[in-house]
Order: sequence, then C-alpha cells, then structure tokens
Amino acid sequence: MKRVLAIVLSAVMALTLLAGCGDNSTPAPAPAGDNAAPAADAAPAAGGDVIKIGVFEPQTGENGGGGLQEVYGIRYANQQFPTVKVGDKEYKIELVEADNKSDKTEAVTAAQSLISAGCSVILGSYGSGVSIAAGEIFSDAQVPAIGCSCTNPQVTLGNDFYYRVCFLDPFQGTVMANYAAQDGAKTAAVITQLGDDYSSGLGNFFKNAFVKLVGEDSIVAEEQFQTNQTDFKAILTNIKAANPDVIFAPSSIATAPLIIKQARELGITAKIMAGDTWENGSIIENAGADAEGVTLSTFFDEGDTSNAVATDFIKGFKEYLVANGQDEIIPAVSALGYDAYLAAVKAIETAGSTDPVAIRDALKGVEFEGVTGAISFDENGDANKDKAFIKVVENGQFKFLKTVSVGE
Amino acid sequence: MKKGTKRICSLVLLVLIALLLFWLEANKSGQGMLISILQKSAILAIVAVSMNLLNGFTGLFSLGQAGFMSIGAYITAILTIPVVNLDGVYYMNGVAPWVRALKEGMEAGPSWLQSVYPFLALIVGGLVAAGFAALIGIPVLRLKSDYLAIATLGFSEIIRAIFSSPQMDTITNGSYGLNKVPTFPKFFGLPSLFTPFIIAGVTIALMVLLINSSYGRAFKAIREDEVAAEAMGISLFRHKELSFVVSSFFTAISGGLLAMFMRSIEAKTFSIALTYDILLIVVIGGIGSVSGSVLSAFLVTASKEWWLRFFDQPLTIGGWQVPLFRTGFRMVIFSILLMAVVLFYRRGIMGNSEFSWDGVARLPGRIKGWFSRKRPAHEAAGGDGI
Amino acid sequence: MSLTTILQHCLTGISLGGAYALIAIGYTMVYGILRLINFAHGDIFMMAGYFMIFAMASFPWQVAIPLVIVGTIVMGVVIERVAYKPLRTAPRMSIMISAIGVSYLLQNLATYLFTAIPRGYPEIPFLKKIFHIGALSASLVTFLTPVLTILLVIFLMLLIKKTKVGMAMRAVSKDFETSQLMGIKINNIISATFVIGSALAAVGSILYFTDRMSVTPFSGTLPGLKCFVAAVFGGIGSIPGAVVGGFVIGIAETLLVAMGYSTFSDAFTFLLLIVMLLFRPTGLFGEKSTDKV
Repeated sequence: MKRVLAIVLSAVMALTLLAGCGDNSTPAPAPAGDNAAPAADAAPAAGGDVIKIGVFEPQTGENGGGGLQEVYGIRYANQQFPTVKVGDKEYKIELVEADNKSDKTEAVTAAQSLISAGCSVILGSYGSGVSIAAGEIFSDAQVPAIGCSCTNPQVTLGNDFYYRVCFLDPFQGTVMANYAAQDGAKTAAVITQLGDDYSSGLGNFFKNAFVKLVGEDSIVAEEQFQTNQTDFKAILTNIKAANPDVIFAPSSIATAPLIIKQARELGITAKIMAGDTWENGSIIENAGADAEGVTLSTFFDEGDTSNAVATDFIKGFKEYLVANGQDEIIPAVSALGYDAYLAAVKAIETAGSTDPVAIRDALKGVEFEGVTGAISFDENGDANKDKAFIKVVENGQFKFLKTVSVGE
Repeated sequence: MKKGTKRICSLVLLVLIALLLFWLEANKSGQGMLISILQKSAILAIVAVSMNLLNGFTGLFSLGQAGFMSIGAYITAILTIPVVNLDGVYYMNGVAPWVRALKEGMEAGPSWLQSVYPFLALIVGGLVAAGFAALIGIPVLRLKSDYLAIATLGFSEIIRAIFSSPQMDTITNGSYGLNKVPTFPKFFGLPSLFTPFIIAGVTIALMVLLINSSYGRAFKAIREDEVAAEAMGISLFRHKELSFVVSSFFTAISGGLLAMFMRSIEAKTFSIALTYDILLIVVIGGIGSVSGSVLSAFLVTASKEWWLRFFDQPLTIGGWQVPLFRTGFRMVIFSILLMAVVLFYRRGIMGNSEFSWDGVARLPGRIKGWFSRKRPAHEAAGGDGI
Repeated sequence: MSLTTILQHCLTGISLGGAYALIAIGYTMVYGILRLINFAHGDIFMMAGYFMIFAMASFPWQVAIPLVIVGTIVMGVVIERVAYKPLRTAPRMSIMISAIGVSYLLQNLATYLFTAIPRGYPEIPFLKKIFHIGALSASLVTFLTPVLTILLVIFLMLLIKKTKVGMAMRAVSKDFETSQLMGIKINNIISATFVIGSALAAVGSILYFTDRMSVTPFSGTLPGLKCFVAAVFGGIGSIPGAVVGGFVIGIAETLLVAMGYSTFSDAFTFLLLIVMLLFRPTGLFGEKSTDKV
C-alpha cells in the first residue's frame, strides 16, 4: 500500500509538472505573496495591463520590524500611485512581496521567486547583506533593483542593475565621527555584528574617520558579537574597562535595546551612538529610560517643512499608519520606501516600456523631488545625497538635532 | 515482468527525463521557478541518499551533514570565484595572497582545463571532506547511537565556527560569506541546466553500486546487529569508516552544487536546521530506501518551495477569511507531517524497499485491492532495485 | 585585564552557568531514565519564555511565575505522552528522530504564533534592580541565579535520595525492566521526570531571559545543545555533574567571548564534549556501565 501511495504521489508530481508546462502564458504560480492590494487582486484592471513591482524585504527574522516599515512606505506609495502610463497605455501596478527573512540564504530564494513572478523592477531591501546576496540574481536576470535603505557600498558597486535612494555608509560613518569629535569625544569604542555587512562596514568607516579626526589611539576598544547573540555583558565589560567617551554600535533594531540596557546595567555612562537603523520607536519602548541620550543619524526628519513633497507625505502617511494600527511616528525607512517606489514609477514612465532593461536604462536619467530630498543617481547607481539628519533620544522621543552635509 | 520490458521501461523513463530537461532549456525564462526547484531537489537528493547510506544502511545516526556540505560549498566557492571578482567579494578584509596566486595560476591554464575546473573543485571539496571524515571517524565512530549523533552534530558546528571565524577572514571571508560564485558549469557541451541532474544521477548511481556490493551487505549486517556482524568476521571499524567517508564525500559534492545553485553562501546557511531538513527528507522517503530518498527530495522540496506556499498566504473563500493561513503555517504543517510520519507511518513513502517496475506493474491491482479494503498478499515483497 | 574586569566576567559567567545548570538537569534526568536525548528540551525552555511574555501581559509577576511553571510542566508531560511514549519499544533512532521532530515543530509553531521577530521579555522590577559591589555592577538576577540554582539542586537531591518517587526514579534509571517487575509504574515515574525537568527549565528560562531581555523562536536551540553537553560533561544521569557542567560551560563561554573569540564560544562547547567522550565517556561523575549482549 505504501508503495502505491509513493507511485500515486509521484504521478501527481509528474502531472503537476506537465500542467505547469502546458500553459506557457501564465507564469509559474507566484510564491511571493501579495498582501498589498487584496481588493484589486480579485479583478484585474479592465484593460488587463499589469506591471509588477517586486518588494524584496525582510518581514520576519532579525530585521523584520524595520523591513515591515519599509514595506508600509511602499504600500502607501502604491496606494497613492496605483497606475503608471507606459507609452499611451495605463498600466496597473501590482506589488509582489517576497519575504527574505533577513537571511542571506532565504534572500536568494526570495529573489528568484520575484524574478519568476515576472517583476519588471524590484524594490529593497532593508539590510545590506541580503541585498548583496541577491544582487547577483537580479543582475543575472537583468532586472533592475532599487534599494531603499541598504547603505553598504558593495550593494551597487560592480552591479549595473542595483540602484538606491539613500546615502552610503562611508558618508554616514564620517558624519557620526564628525559629530562625536565636535561633541568633545576623545576616545571611542566600536561594537559591530560579525557577518553583518551593514554593521561591520559602518563600524569600519566610523573608525577610520574618527582616527583621522582625533588621533591614532582614539579607538580604545573594538568588540564584535554574533548574530542572534543576546548577552553582551562580556564585550561590554571589556568596553567598560577601556572607558571610552562614546560607544558607536551600529546594529539591528532587535539588538539595540539589549546593548543599551546591558551597558547601563554594567554602569557604563559613555554616550551611545549608532546609524540609521536605530531610528525606531521600539528601541525607546524596550530600553525605556536607558535610551535617553542615544544619538543616531538618519535619512529624513518629519519636522523638515522645506519640502512640499514631504509635507504631503507626512500628512497622508500618518493617516495610513493609524489605519494600519501602527505608531504615528514616521520612520525614515518608510520615506525611503516611498521614494524608491516613486523612482521606479518615474523610470517606467521614462522608459515607456515594461522591459526591465529599458527601465534600468531609464533609471540612469531619473531626477525628481522625493520625500527625502532631490533624487538622482550617479554612475554607480547611488543616490546623489549629501545630507544626513542627526537625532537624539530625549524624553522618550527622537529629537531632531541638526543636519550635516558633506564637507562640514 | 520480463527483463527486456523492464529495460525498455527504464529507457523510456530516461528519455522522458531528458526530453523534459531539453524542454526546460528551451523555455528557461518562463519556467524559472520550476527549474530552480528541480535543481534544488536534485542537489538535496544527493545529500539525502548519502545520509541514508549512513543512517539507513549502516545504522550510524550521524547529524553532521551540514558541516560536510559546508566544506564542499566553501572549497567549491573559493576555487571557482573568478579572479576579477575577488576584490569585490573580499572587500572587507582582503584576500590571502596564496589564494589569489592559486586562482591566478588556475586561470592561466589552457581553456580545456578551465572548463573542467568547476568539476575538479567539486571533487576536491569532496576529497577534503572525506579526508576530514576519515580523521574524525577514528574517534567518533566508536561512540554509540545518540552520542554519535551529538558528536557529529558538534563537529558540524565546529566546522561552521572555523569557517566563520575572523581568523579565516582572508580565506573564507569569515562570517560575511562568499558571493559571486559562478553558476553550474556546462557538462561536456550540454547546457549548464543539465549539470546538477547529471551529477546527481552519477553520484546516486555510485552509491547504489556500493550498497549492492558486498560492502553494502556488510553495512546492513552492522545495522541489524553489530555484535553478530563482528562475530561473522566483519570489521566493524573498517566498514563504519568506509560508509562515513563515502557518505561525507558525496555530501560535500552536494554542498558544492548548492553553492553553485545559490550563488552566494555564508556559514549560517549550514546550521543545524539544514541537517534537520535533510533528515526530514530521509524520514519521509523511508529510512533505508534510496529511491524513497530521491522521490522524497523532489516531493518535499516542491511542496515546501512551491505547492504549499499558499499556506503562507491569507486565504479567502467566499468572503470568509480562513483564519489559520498566514506566514509560518506551511512550516507548521511540515513539522506535523514529520511527526505523523515518525509516529504512525514509520516506514515513510518507500519503507526500506526500492522502486521497481514490478511494483509499478502491480500498482493497478493494488489500487483495486486498496479500494476493496483488502490488502494484497505480496505487500511485504521487496523490489529488486532500479 | 584588570582584576575588576575579570571578576565582572566571572560574575556574568557564573550567572549564565546557573541557568545552564537548571536546563542541564532536565537533560540528565530524562537521559538517565529513557536513554533519550530530549532534543526538544531547549525548545521547551524557549516556549517557557513566550509563556512568560503572555502571562506577564495580564497578571502581576507573583501570579505569572507559577502560571508559567505549570504551563511548561503541562507542555513537557504532553510532549512525552504524545511523542515519546508510543515509541517506547521502537528502535533508538526512531525516538531520537521523534525528539528532533518535536523540536522542529515547537520552533515552527513559535515562528507561526509569535513571528520570528524578537519579542521583548517582560521585566520583573525587583530582579532588574542594579547593585554595586565595589566596582562590580550587576542586576539582582545576576546574583540570584547561582544561589537559586544551588538551592533548587539541594532540594532536588533530597527529593531523589529521601522520597519514594526519588527511589523509584533511581531504580528505573538503573534497570528499566526489573523495576517494572518490582511493581514500579514506569509511566508515572517518567512523567514525574518530565515534570521536574520542565519545571526547572521554566525557572531557568525566567532567570536566563530576564537577563537577556529578548526571546525568538530559535533562542532555545543553542542553549539546549550546550546544556546537553553540560550534562554529558558532568556524567549523564548525575545531577551534581550536570550542575558542575553547566557552570563550567557558562564560565568558559563568557571568558571566550571576553577574549574576543566569540565565534568559537559555541564550538568550544562541542570540543569539550568530544574530548570528554574520548577520554572519559562517562563524564566527571558518571557511573560506569557495561553493554550487555
């Protein structure tokens, strides 16, 4: 009987394969979910012209929280601009979401699933490591990808199909080192996550910039921790012994409150600083009073009223967040997700085609006013951005401190 | 069934598989998902069969598969990453001069040699893993069942830690992993799409030959009763070691193929979870059945990556949202399936029998018997191999 | 490294070791009786962490802690009844695969129910109070863990040495069949073992996670394996052995991380296991057993 079952199962498999083969016009069942527009899903636009944009983001795993915020920004953008004009035809934009689970291995599978779902352009991802891992898949398939908040230089370097709308880590590291030096710090400790391109990269850039500014022996401790580590006492004890003025600890949202709390528990009083990932309400929520004084750099500030696009975005997106049961604080990564979506739409319009390669070519010349400032791409595919916002946690809120530009 | 008929049936099957592959090659762009699932299944089939060789045929419960796969994957990746990409891959810490020199030397070789390199890389990976297995086998294989399991698992974790350690930064790129690994090479003029299937076919055939040889019978004797086997004059250590080394060799080859398939690897890929996934395939296929493992590799991978994906999507039937369907449900279903197989259906799909054309020929009668609720008399009759 | 730094590291290590010891006891007792590596034990420990999150959401800690312990015990016993009991006569490999299956199921279930995003662990205010002793600084839970561990172990030893259940447990672990013939209700004794193991895992989980503040579906895997190693190191079946093993591994791990070898901290545990298995397979305090044909 068991063998019968085996044979029946294999027959079913064979049949399914054949069924999949027989009908070439429909792409393989998209494994990527589309939670974005369930209503529109039921009945495709009357014309039936649909262009697919892939959303390559972590929704679970260590960066799941941040990834989801980026996805919200993209979904909101999709709600604002649900169609795009290609030539004379109006195309409906369908978002295809794939969860890369903050894991480089899963990222490859997720990227492949987006490609086989027939996406013309891909947005994401939060976290540089997964973007680097999947970059090869996108460039092999000749589908352009637009990164939202992946700041590591390697994402776009040597990859003709990767673009991004945010600034880069060398810039961010320099900005934070400048700020620390101006703040009077003479010594610094750096904590980075092993195997995380974002964390190690940013940590390195900070270190180099700080050494250049303050002097040879200004980095008094360099500690590393492993992914999913929750006990930082051992490395923090070492840092305590080195007694630095500031601690620079670029890391994920999940690790941030652990580092902050355990540092304070051990009696470390040094100022704690980090990169863009830390601008997340849950850090303040989890670290409580210990989070006071934490300083970070980010892409966007909702108090910045000089930008008309941003003003509209802030108003509309706040309502969207409330409707989705989220906090009313606008995360910078959502704004970047929104901008990446806009860049994709602009490129599709310019290209006048749904062909991925044509869209890639069009991206080179795209220029527009986004929520996070004017966006255009350089020859590497990186956004020409020269402004970072520095924020500090005060009274349980992220408070805008100042903007920093290159050369300052 | 006559021998001739069986031969024709097998030939027809092979031709059908070849036709399917050619058809896929012609429709590459439209069938990306199908191709990648089939390739992944073929790769997992190799490691499932080699795990079965150890666990099912020799009775050595080893959980070190992920570690040996990582050896194969890392060596294949390091040897095949093109020199031009080296600086990009090792951007964080730089690459060791001897690695670069070795690779430059390799790229300077004649072009016919270069087309063989990827295969050589796979074999080198396999050999290193086999050598390592031989070394750790000496102490570890003396241990009894569960101690052996935990010791092999431990070794697998140690290998992973070594690969991801900062001390290995310039060779394995530490915990950042390697990317820009070239995809499958062309196999003697055949398209690269064929390569994993051909390698899987060859390696599995080799393992079947081993299992059907006198060594294989000795393995089974050890599985059934170590003391009795020893009394019959079978050298326990020699045969266990042989099984362990051969299994590790093929596991590493499949690891190398996995690196080519994924294009980028990191040490985290080869954690305990990977070993568990392979164990799941072996258990569902039937411990002690090669064809069961192969079948199950394809079935499990396809269901996991494709057919059962809908479990992870919100499902609405007639306006009513089915409550259970959301991210993660698929894996819950899988674990329940595994538990059900372990508890109620310990034989898995194939038990310890193999696929045979006689079995297929008896199928209609069996299905009839199944429906009339009578079990066919030759239920327990074993097949005679592929 | 200054003396204070070393002392601070030791304090961290001892506290971690205490939590490990509590989990290791669960392994050693189950192995002693069933000859089974309960791969799911680490995941029971993880689930206890999630139970605490939900219990604390609606109850004060005085109610939440007993609730969590009871919940964990129920889970442990149910797992034994459903996944291990039907396989009592099956080959060893089957029951091990079943244990791995339960571990797989619990992890996936937790991912499904609670998502893989780390959850913040609730704080019990008095446990997180920070104390300073000289230049050392740590929260109360760090000091409390080893003390509580020792107390619980003494209590457990008394239970096993002095009570009838304890005597029955010892008998079963010596000889399964003979004790059955002597009229010991095997199934009840096995359940009792799981009750004790799970309860200690729950206490260990509260101490461990209060100190580390976040739970994910995979936070049980590595501590679980390490605690098994601790049990083997101390001699499987021996409770003092498990405690010593737990402390040794906890301290060694902390010191390795402190010296900058954090990648090797997990690998070291397994190296310890292999060295131990090669040179003294019965562990530090284990009894010698001979295989009968």
